[in-house]
Amino acid sequence: MSTDVLICGAGRTPFGRSEASGRQLAVGAVNAALADAGIEWSRVRAAFGGSDSAGLADTLVAQLGLTGVPFINVKNGCATGGSALVSAVNAIRSGMADVVLAVGFDKHPRGAFDPRPEDWGLGAEYGSDGLMVTTQFFGMKIQRYMYDHGITPRTLALVAEKAYRNGGLTPEAWRRKPVSAEEVLESGMVSDPLTRYMFCSPGAGAAALVLCSPEAARSLDGPPVALRSAAVRTRRFGSFEVFSPWIPGGQLTSVSRDASAAAFEEAGIGPGDVDVCQLQDTESGAEVMHMAECGFCEDGEQERLIASGVTEIGGTLPVNTDGGCIANGEPIGASGLRQVYEIVQQLRGRAGERQVPGEPRVGFTHVYGAPGVSACTVLSR
Amino acid sequence: MDGALIRMATDPRSPTVAVGLQGSCCSGCAVTAYPAEDACPRCGGPAEPAVLQGTGRLWTWTVQRYAPKSPPYQAPPGGFVPFALGYVELVEGVRVAAVLEVDDLDDVRIGMPLTVTAGHGVPRARPTTPGEEGS
Repeated sequence: MSTDVLICGAGRTPFGRSEASGRQLAVGAVNAALADAGIEWSRVRAAFGGSDSAGLADTLVAQLGLTGVPFINVKNGCATGGSALVSAVNAIRSGMADVVLAVGFDKHPRGAFDPRPEDWGLGAEYGSDGLMVTTQFFGMKIQRYMYDHGITPRTLALVAEKAYRNGGLTPEAWRRKPVSAEEVLESGMVSDPLTRYMFCSPGAGAAALVLCSPEAARSLDGPPVALRSAAVRTRRFGSFEVFSPWIPGGQLTSVSRDASAAAFEEAGIGPGDVDVCQLQDTESGAEVMHMAECGFCEDGEQERLIASGVTEIGGTLPVNTDGGCIANGEPIGASGLRQVYEIVQQLRGRAGERQVPGEPRVGFTHVYGAPGVSACTVLSR
Repeated sequence: MDGALIRMATDPRSPTVAVGLQGSCCSGCAVTAYPAEDACPRCGGPAEPAVLQGTGRLWTWTVQRYAPKSPPYQAPPGGFVPFALGYVELVEGVRVAAVLEVDDLDDVRIGMPLTVTAGHGVPRARPTTPGEEGS
């Protein structure tokens, strides 16, 4: 068994629109995580972090303090936070450092992301003819899934309704007003079958974690949370990803399935042991599909599970207790660490109005993004 | 009927009609790709050019309800109108992304027979007429 890694501090900023720069938000999250751990920046022996479009993490030392700490930039799309976390874990397990920072931050302009065909190895016609639109992929993946497994639009609406309800219980969330399932369904079709209120929006925010070796954690106050595993995977042949001119026939593979299975195997527990989880919900359909891809149910069971309240805060498998991406928005570099922040609060019993009852012991996080990357963690107290 | 189709395909006045989809096929693992790739994306071995028939069935779809950001999007002369797009599963097994040329967006269904053609832009698919099936 490899060395235990403990999360001793967690911090985040409010997510949404902000006058602050992405870097300023990052400094705020780092200072919150340091304060939560009860340490000074000078105690940190290594740092890993990044953003997708808000600058280089290592430049944060200008504000945090020029201590000479090794600070590695991570740029890994939607898995930026997860990859920073894996790097931090490896730094502790290798003996490189005993107190390590992981930070993710971002700030995006309004509206859908604006990719260029040439950056994706595609001909210019995919842009000029209108196929370089991320929402199309999400619509088409859940469209097929609904056809294969009997999921209804009502279930997609219930996922969004829950997200806004949980966002209302989360002080740092962006979307905090309740929205009913009927309003979600009537909010205007964006990419069939997904409506406007089923999608998250690009936004701004930052999250940071302080990770420690067991020896270092013993010298700190406060209840640490054990990071049982962290796994990152890229897609295998046969997956369905955004901006694909073609996909292979036959059964689809899933990078989320691969990453979650690796995380559970490393942790030595299974999905049935999880008391609270955070699943990538770029839109409602993603949360539905990721429940199955991460092993929490069989394909198609979501229709019954969601309607019966299983994924609510008071249910047997609470999903996205802070409102997820739908209520927090998507600052790409920050989302993965926001998820871990939320699980840390839940396992410490500090989640306030959104606290999962029954003293949850085991949590799980999952991010997924383009071009087929997923990062998962298993945590316990 | 076959003769008429061949004439259509070679008519120099109609540059966007069916000329076949220029894909590739791996000789080792039989994976078909579109557009053509030099190497097989599954095994990394050499891939040979292959002309795909273009007939198949709709595997999934959506509708682009709002005008994509421009650039890169170039709206047609009459301005943006919502359009359907999807993946057509061809008889060769590959699923190809295409704009769906249908008269009514409400008629789009998974499983509907479609014929995909390649022209100047992205592949385009239109409902297969009974006379084309099996050709």
